[in-house]
Amino acid sequence: MVRQATGIGRNVQLLVMFGLGIWVCSSGLLGQIADNWDDIVYLSKQHMVLVGASGAAAILLGIPAGIWLSRPAMERYAETVMQVFNIGTTIPTLAVIALSMTILGIGFAPAFFGLFVASLLPIVRNTYTGLLAVPPHLKEAATGMGMTPRQILFRVELPNALYVIFSGVRTALAINVGTTPLAFLIGGGGLGELIFTGIDLMDTGMLLAGAIPTAALAVMVDFMMGQAQLRLVPKGVNPLR
Amino acid sequence: MIQLENLTKTFTLPSTTIVAADKVNMTVPSGEICVLLGPSGCGKTTALKMINRLIPPTSGRILINGEDTSGLNDIELRRQIGYVIQQIGLFPNMTVEQNICVVPKMLGWDIKRAKARAAELIDLVGLDPRQFLHRYPKELSGGQQQRIGVIRALAADPPVMLMDEPFGAIDPINREIIQDEFLKMQAELKKTIMFVSHDIDEAVKMGDKIAIFRAGKIEQFDAPDKILAHPANPFVADFVGADRTLKRLRLVTAEEVTDRNCPVVSRRATPQEARNAARSSDSRIIVVIDADHRPVGYVTAEEMEGADGSITDFAHALPATVPVRADLRAVVSEMFANDVMWLACTDDKGRFAGIVTQPAVTAALGETYKRSEMN
Repeated sequence: MVRQATGIGRNVQLLVMFGLGIWVCSSGLLGQIADNWDDIVYLSKQHMVLVGASGAAAILLGIPAGIWLSRPAMERYAETVMQVFNIGTTIPTLAVIALSMTILGIGFAPAFFGLFVASLLPIVRNTYTGLLAVPPHLKEAATGMGMTPRQILFRVELPNALYVIFSGVRTALAINVGTTPLAFLIGGGGLGELIFTGIDLMDTGMLLAGAIPTAALAVMVDFMMGQAQLRLVPKGVNPLR
Repeated sequence: MIQLENLTKTFTLPSTTIVAADKVNMTVPSGEICVLLGPSGCGKTTALKMINRLIPPTSGRILINGEDTSGLNDIELRRQIGYVIQQIGLFPNMTVEQNICVVPKMLGWDIKRAKARAAELIDLVGLDPRQFLHRYPKELSGGQQQRIGVIRALAADPPVMLMDEPFGAIDPINREIIQDEFLKMQAELKKTIMFVSHDIDEAVKMGDKIAIFRAGKIEQFDAPDKILAHPANPFVADFVGADRTLKRLRLVTAEEVTDRNCPVVSRRATPQEARNAARSSDSRIIVVIDADHRPVGYVTAEEMEGADGSITDFAHALPATVPVRADLRAVVSEMFANDVMWLACTDDKGRFAGIVTQPAVTAALGETYKRSEMN
């Protein structure tokens, strides 16, 4: 039954896609989108650089920060710090970007910084909670066997928290890719340029030339993260395997 | 050998000071299992964890094989001590093999040697290396996990093992099996073991010595039989239970109370021969055996008086037989089940080894009390 249902679902999906394709072709939108090809290529690269750089920076800083907060020495302060981070998450990303512009001016730097801040929070939070959720008896066994705190972190705590950390990174990158079009507003470039200009000029072709690659990029990044999560998290602690 | 000298742990809280272990003194000779027993919060786990410094002692000394452990750093010390906990604590991100190899690798063994050791150990607990080495802990049953937990602690062949309620989370049937397996292993390996338990039955079964704790102090430190027969004070008596004498049944095997002089006759013997056999040993019961010396039935002396014909015409079936190695609890249970006063015992090959009678059992249990009254 389930199989049949998905079969029907897939057929409907294909039919809709096909219809959409026919509509796009007949309305001449495809030509209009293709007119922007050079821009699409150039801006996509800019877009990916922004996502890649700010995402990588967030991972490189967020994971160590999460680890640091989860250490016993930080126990007293960690919750307070996490509260500050929580307040950070409630600020809309557009506001974050606007605020970073007021400090750093316009261009790549404020866009990078704004995106970095927006994607930092889920990574820190998931790293922190993931590490705290490692059962205490595993740490006790590891300590009792004579592992050093460093060995416990790398051989026991991190592998067992990896799934949760990965989920945080995945969320962070989804937010990042989705927010990057806003970078255009503070002169950061990226596919947002086509989208917003398309809106302003009521040029649907240009709008789609920005929107479709943005959507495709988001789907691709999420797919890649999903695959990484499936393959890189050890089998014994991976609910997907 | 493990020696604890005036081992003390106090926790200082803002309002009060809690003494978790109060001048604990004990010696566990090499190759013996010492069970630390007591109600929860009595300090038995604290005492155990001070040995591998999961809890740092406030004062006192710990010596392992005569050497004061305060000279070693925490990491060195712990790598020389096997540690098993109730929650097992297998690392779920590692395969069984990787779990077993953790300590050997930290001690710098080469990979081949560590892996060979893992295969050897897993074989020792009756699991197939090819099948189990590459599984993850979540793919094992609870009993299998705990077996791996125990052999992981044995991996680097430490002289000393600490076990914190290791079989506490396993269902009763599997617990018995694992305890038996462990005792069999211990008979070969002869580790010096400190074993925390709150179960008196487990303590009696596993321990060469039992230390009973209350409020951080040792109330009694003695062999299980001594503790059951002569509790040092009302607390110990209460803790081991009103049925403590029945618990002692586990400590004595049938062999120790077997009457080997019970007369036997072969199946082909005449009543006359049976009468003679009964008279010479002054026994009412004559066990009939077959050519392989296996008990097949019995006759009584009264039935033989003036009887004629073949023994097999008179022989009664034996309700049950027990192996001489069985403990008296199993023997008595068998007696009660069959409503009899005696049972025939067989050796490992099934040959007749003597009979166990209820009076002999009660005499064996009562003996230690009579002795103490005389002293």
